Amino acid sequence: MAGLIRVLLLLALLGPALAQAAIEVRDFDDPVMRDRFASLTSTLRCPKCQNQAIGDSDSPIAGDMRERVFEQLQAGRSDKEIVDFMVRRFGDYVLYNPRLEGRTLLLWGLPVALVLGGGLLVALLVRARRRASARALNDDERARLNALLEREDDR
Amino acid sequence: MKRRLLLLLPLAGFLVLTVFLYRGLSINPAERDSALVERPFPAFSLTTLGDPGRTLDDSLMQGQVTLVNVWGEWCPTCKQEMPQLLELADRGVRLVGVDYKDTREKGREFLAEFGNPFEVSLFDPEGSLGFDLGVYGAPESFLVDAEGVIRYHHTGYISPRDVEQVILPEVTKWQD
Repeated sequence: MAGLIRVLLLLALLGPALAQAAIEVRDFDDPVMRDRFASLTSTLRCPKCQNQAIGDSDSPIAGDMRERVFEQLQAGRSDKEIVDFMVRRFGDYVLYNPRLEGRTLLLWGLPVALVLGGGLLVALLVRARRRASARALNDDERARLNALLEREDDR
Repeated sequence: MKRRLLLLLPLAGFLVLTVFLYRGLSINPAERDSALVERPFPAFSLTTLGDPGRTLDDSLMQGQVTLVNVWGEWCPTCKQEMPQLLELADRGVRLVGVDYKDTREKGREFLAEFGNPFEVSLFDPEGSLGFDLGVYGAPESFLVDAEGVIRYHHTGYISPRDVEQVILPEVTKWQD
């Protein structure tokens, strides 16, 4: 029994390592290059998959895309050039971080508009409430207040 | 009265959200417009499947409306698609094949077994033309007009119904 548990534990530990074996390991001399590769492959989305970055997917197209990213990094292209290269072929779908342009204005603008709208609403409510409490007394109230104050003075 | 209407605002917001989310349920994320529609067919230089000594380039797409079909022997859906492609060829549509990530031998066997609707098949073992076309699976088809501009992209299988209702109308549309 203890032996079986040990084997199962070992398998559980090996599992993730085996699952990752499908994605190749690349050697970089330059740590900056390695970081750029990691950042690009984690922000470009695999077009074949439902929701996976190309760095996490073992689908063939994700492998091809990683290969192109690697080649272009070696060729000295900038991150923007590499992303543009992918978007020209696979469309905006591959961007996990959509660009700010005409047709994404709503996407980027709506949260800002909602926060500003909410802030305005709160400001208006606070102001209305403050004005209500600071309203001048009417004649009846003033008479009553004076009566109370006079009673205080008499004592 | 005005205040009453204001109270309906959250309900209106909720309804708008519902419509958006409900639509999201029925959208197929695999069917989306290709980034290449309205753009010239990408440049390439590839040998043909039949003849390793014959190299063709993108001038192949000039002159008439062409349906470019990306296929591979390894792709089961491509086999089911062949009868439709044969019918399209029969009805006068010019077809060019791209044998994607395949071996020459297997590609030839495939055409021998399922029929060959293509005027010519380009041999793309590395998937380089496929990559420039933004292909992420097969089959995929691109309709190219006489000026070599991509006009329509079909992701996946062309069904018998698509032949009549989608492909042939598109071909006619761009022939004029």
